[in-house]
Amino acid sequence: MAELHTLTAHELADQMRRGAVSAREIAEATLARIAAVDERVKSFVTVTPEAALAQAREVDERRARGEALPPLAGIPIALKDNLCTRGVRTTCASKILDNWEPPYDATVVARLRAQHAVFVGKTNLDEFAMGSSTENSGLFVTHNPWDLSRVPGGSSGGSAAAVAAREATLALGSDTGGSIRQPAAFCGVVGLKPTYGRVSRYGLVAFASSLDQIGPMARDVTDAALLLQAISGSDPSDATSAPVAVPDYMQALRPEVKGLKLGVPREFFAQGVAPEVEAAVRAAVDRLVALGAEAEEVSMPHIDYAFPAFYIIAPAEASSNLARYDGVRYGLREPASDPTTMMERTRDAGFGAEVKQRIMLGTFTLSAGYYDAYYLKALKVRTLVKQDFDRAFERFDLLVAPVTPTVAFAIGERANDPLQMKLADVCTVPVNLAGGPAIAVPCGFHAGLPIGLQLMAKPFAEETLLRAAYTYEQATDWHLRAPAL
Amino acid sequence: MRITSEYVGQIGRLSRLALTDAEKERLTTHLNAILAHFERLQELDTTQVPPTAHSIPMENVFRDDTPRPGLTPAEATAAAPESAEDMFVGPRIVET
Repeated sequence: MAELHTLTAHELADQMRRGAVSAREIAEATLARIAAVDERVKSFVTVTPEAALAQAREVDERRARGEALPPLAGIPIALKDNLCTRGVRTTCASKILDNWEPPYDATVVARLRAQHAVFVGKTNLDEFAMGSSTENSGLFVTHNPWDLSRVPGGSSGGSAAAVAAREATLALGSDTGGSIRQPAAFCGVVGLKPTYGRVSRYGLVAFASSLDQIGPMARDVTDAALLLQAISGSDPSDATSAPVAVPDYMQALRPEVKGLKLGVPREFFAQGVAPEVEAAVRAAVDRLVALGAEAEEVSMPHIDYAFPAFYIIAPAEASSNLARYDGVRYGLREPASDPTTMMERTRDAGFGAEVKQRIMLGTFTLSAGYYDAYYLKALKVRTLVKQDFDRAFERFDLLVAPVTPTVAFAIGERANDPLQMKLADVCTVPVNLAGGPAIAVPCGFHAGLPIGLQLMAKPFAEETLLRAAYTYEQATDWHLRAPAL
Repeated sequence: MRITSEYVGQIGRLSRLALTDAEKERLTTHLNAILAHFERLQELDTTQVPPTAHSIPMENVFRDDTPRPGLTPAEATAAAPESAEDMFVGPRIVET
């Protein structure tokens, strides 16, 4: 039998059901893998072995009593460290929240607990999810399992690296402008950003509230669907979670794309996309066409403006959301005799350079003299971008694009050039502005580094995404490759 | 549009960030580079375009106004840098 940490969630679930393996053995194998490789990969901010083994023991006891258990019972899952976990340190990789223990669970965490999933730890991220390489973590840098000198992407770089390095079977990330899909592509795993409102954001530490969405990261499409199923659905604690029925996503997993209409928006291939990435993505389109889909070029004229609009809207929302870190109710405090000085010192000491830059940018674009020229302008451009998507989805079931313009870049390569760094997200931010779901699946390699295929769908059409991604995956073997660690 | 180091200092005060001179210089350079990139948006005529604050249309959401369990005062103040008698303690804001 293959080593347990190398199996997918659906394979592990099958084996547990058959009694071939226990949840304890799976948890021990996963914790041993973390102990063996995480010193080099550095996916985890916090590993929780005692809690994981206790959860695994409970799964085994319930199964021994003959209980029918949910699909994710006993499956090792890593959580991005901006998801609140009751009594377990939640840092957002920021010094301002270092050692903060939330008094409650995020809704997604509570839903996974109810499924008896096994939480193995909390993963590294760019501080407050602001970044594209996990180099902005206020704690340490995470390494790409395919090449330790390269970034894993970001901001969910720890979750992507953990899944790719087989340190966790599944992981949750969050995606504001590509933070699930971009690291998934860089690390050769599957990452899905659900429709805005599909998954409750309650207990996700807020970055940009009109864009943030929690989603699954996994080694194959089936596992991503299993995790999406477990976390989806409206929640009274998040007024922006949508009261839309959750379909059975497992039913979408069938190899059938005959007649599916794929739009290939040329603007997504124009923005500094490396030839090897373009070739891999176009080959993936050809493969889907060979399997029965129909593909056609399309123009989405405002896509080029999505990137600047996003980098006005997201920091504006962040500057407001991060006002809560004032040294009073939780987190760091740098003492001073008056409240303003205390807040200024606390925030200066607690926030890293990128977070400060985004707070400053957001404060500027929201300030009275510049609101119309920047923030309001960006919201209007958001309308134009959304209309481009709406028009495209009148003709097409899915849009196909690269996830990232290049493969993973070297650690340090873009650290001092904020614009170059942000351009790693140029293909992922548009759909966040429009609100629909998107998935990243492995579609090739260049110089030993993974390339990702991005599929985008209209709001709440996750089933179409999953069906096409599953069909492609079953016809290829990119997802079966593993990094040598 | 270019912003000056002095103006960056003013934005810093509005953001409640005590910036050092070195940080102000660095932020001035970076913010101007980013603002230059934003200039592209002026190519689009948006006078007739309504703004979109939320991508997915949503109505106001209400729930019944009934009590439900929440954090206890002790839980709510447990992570505070300083607390006393179930209250948050901060620097004095009024002169006595």
